[in-house]
Amino acid sequence: MKVNDLLAHGFKALCLTDGDREIDGVYVGDLLSWVMGRAQMDNAWITIMSNVNVVAVASLADTSCVILAEGVALPEDVRETAEAKDVNILGSDDPIYETAVKLAALLN
Amino acid sequence: MSDSLVFHFDVDGDNFTSAGQASTQVKKNLRQLGLSPAIIRRVSIAMYEGEINMVIHANGGTADVVVTEEYIEIVLRDSGPGIKNVEEAMQEGFSTATDSIRSLGFGAGMGLPNMKRYTDSMKIDTVVGEGTTITMRVNLN
Repeated sequence: MKVNDLLAHGFKALCLTDGDREIDGVYVGDLLSWVMGRAQMDNAWITIMSNVNVVAVASLADTSCVILAEGVALPEDVRETAEAKDVNILGSDDPIYETAVKLAALLN
Repeated sequence: MSDSLVFHFDVDGDNFTSAGQASTQVKKNLRQLGLSPAIIRRVSIAMYEGEINMVIHANGGTADVVVTEEYIEIVLRDSGPGIKNVEEAMQEGFSTATDSIRSLGFGAGMGLPNMKRYTDSMKIDTVVGEGTTITMRVNLN
């Protein structure tokens, strides 16, 4: 499944620079170092953190996209940084658990 | 002797917004060199953790990255407070970061363990009150 494909399932594009990227698995977490230690390359990463460091972590850990759950807003300066670093960020109004469950169903 | 490439960076002391600039630049440089995404990922994560540590604990420092045909070496130097108990600091979950750092999503006590996890070797030289030098290597073969 590609990042773009999520848009047809209620996920919102907050910053989409490489929508053709494949999603391989999902990781959920808000502690950035924990995520860097555990998330796999090409995972979709679900979090409620929306500061600029999330962009750095997503870029370095090479996740396919960040999904901001719980309707968390993306600050404009963070969106600009994500755009510059080619980091996909989507939004979900659902709580984290429901977002993960939905994603799991789509990926299986 | 084979040629090696050297990149030098200054890491700004109290700036969480720009933290990661050095590792992001290294990622770009390594990509241009045609290294595999898996190697690039390991190097950039280990370096980012080191950068963040220097910002959190040591008021910045320097990062030098050497790329040879056999390995990539990252040397992080700071003049911070040093690490009192390295063994303790290497344990997952151990952290001396403040609550304000934690609210940014850092301070999980995973920095040093992640650096070790993603590199083939890691050496910590630290003197309390003087600073810390961390040397990490990722083998290319």
